[in-house]
Amino acid sequence: MTLVQPYAKLRKDLAQRDRSLREKVVSLEEVASFVRDGDSVGIGGSTMSRTPMGLIWTLIRAKRKQLLCSRCIVSSDGDLLYGSGTSDHIVTSWFSQGILWGVSKVMRHYVETGKARYDEWSHMAMGMRFRAGAMGVPFIPIRSMLGSAVVNQRPEAKEMICPFTGEKLLLVPALNPDVALIHVQRCDAYGNAQISGLQFMDIDLAMAANKVILTTERLVSNDQIRRTPDQTKIPFFAVDAVIELPFGSAPHECYGVYEPMMRHMEYYVDLVNNDPVAGMHEYLDRFVYGPKSWTAFLDLIGIDEVLEAARAGTTIYDA
Amino acid sequence: MTHKSAYTASELLAVLSARQLKDGQVVFAGVGIPLLAATLAQRLHGPGLTILFEGGVIGAFIEPGKLPPSTNDQRCTIRANMVLGSAEVLLLLQRGYVDVGFMGGAQIDQYGNLNSSFIGDPANPKIRLPGTGGGNDISSLTHMIVALKHEKRRFVENVDFVTSPGWLKGGQTRHDSGLLAGGMYRVVTDLAVFGFDETTRRLTPLALNPGVTREQVQENTGFKLEFSAATGVTEPPTTHELSVLRGLDPDRLYIG
Repeated sequence: MTLVQPYAKLRKDLAQRDRSLREKVVSLEEVASFVRDGDSVGIGGSTMSRTPMGLIWTLIRAKRKQLLCSRCIVSSDGDLLYGSGTSDHIVTSWFSQGILWGVSKVMRHYVETGKARYDEWSHMAMGMRFRAGAMGVPFIPIRSMLGSAVVNQRPEAKEMICPFTGEKLLLVPALNPDVALIHVQRCDAYGNAQISGLQFMDIDLAMAANKVILTTERLVSNDQIRRTPDQTKIPFFAVDAVIELPFGSAPHECYGVYEPMMRHMEYYVDLVNNDPVAGMHEYLDRFVYGPKSWTAFLDLIGIDEVLEAARAGTTIYDA
Repeated sequence: MTHKSAYTASELLAVLSARQLKDGQVVFAGVGIPLLAATLAQRLHGPGLTILFEGGVIGAFIEPGKLPPSTNDQRCTIRANMVLGSAEVLLLLQRGYVDVGFMGGAQIDQYGNLNSSFIGDPANPKIRLPGTGGGNDISSLTHMIVALKHEKRRFVENVDFVTSPGWLKGGQTRHDSGLLAGGMYRVVTDLAVFGFDETTRRLTPLALNPGVTREQVQENTGFKLEFSAATGVTEPPTTHELSVLRGLDPDRLYIG
């Protein structure tokens, strides 16, 4: 796969997308048809926040293979993608379940045995790669990563001397994923998406990608969007599919709506870190392949825990 | 060492690190002890200390008992002045708005280089660690304070992998590599507080923690340290410092 796409291809691909103001609500099951095996997939949110878990869960169930995933910071979503065989290559700045739990044994197992690849960039470099993709330019110069061993692992990044100042700079290549998966709080049927709170790199990711799939806590009317257009962070013409999916980031959090479901996370981490292969199989069978629907998955997390997370999220939002 | 049982190693780290931060500074804090120590500094002596988190937060005031599990969680935004994109907050480092970066580390060497990527050969690692996150950006672009437990396996002559650059190979090497700003400033451990020699850029003990001997520090360090007559002794954590700290982390999420 070409690291940086030629500008003519980038423009041609975008020109072919239907950018008209049209309704694009689909079911969660239909999402799988938007992603092909081997696609480059950008994932929104960061760590345990606004992770598009429902979409990842659906792609795992649909048995997608060899996805090249990129995300600013990866948590248990990366474990699940490796452990299910959905992805064998993740590009990110940090990959573990969360600082509270040490190093992910799943990530360690797959990377240390060479079964999967983890390309490490600095957090800002990830941001500038999506930004370059969103800007329609092939690279952006940055001043970090220089001098470190991180840059030695990344021949994709090029050092250059600034033609204006003579200073050393590092050029990071544009990242234009085939598909972006993003979870938001509110969105209309056309794909006008409103994000509350921490936006991470989602706006650049959406504008960089060649296809955008959104899950939303609430599907709202276009009238409601038009009452607060300043809150719209992703424009409809960048979006290809919209799915209403309450608790679509579970067991991770969604700003202002719910906090992470920590008991489920702790259960998960214990299980997979105890045995990254058998524990992961058990988790996938029970929580990903097993349930009939996303609601049935939430039911397995448990109503008490889901409501507790929702109460904590609301409290902070209203504080 | 009678007072040793009065506080845990993590509590000592948090208190001594908090003392390094000054009111009015803009500090970019990582999760764990840095987040806790920066919040402690706000409560103790720095109401005007501005805390930045890489999730996209300017001016956070963390609530006692509601410590966030990462710097990307909604709890980080409580009473903040601004919520912005992750790339935007990281770019503040590059533009030069940040006075101090503050983070933990898995492994550090004589020039303050940090490794959070690989233990062993990167091509065939013994342990693949989580990676840099914003660590490389913070340490590349501003002055750094690092807080970590003092163990021989963590204090090595040369790190296996430079994830976050300190003074690289010492002298002018950091500048020559293209890193024109910032650099390692302080290392705070449960045994001592360190600075860096202005010329060689090697790690230099500034003060021993209460009840700790030079031999003890040297024994727990994988390379030779140069103590001098100027190496002092740090004041132990006060009852007030400890009670404010324990109030911030009543569940002992980060203070052990």
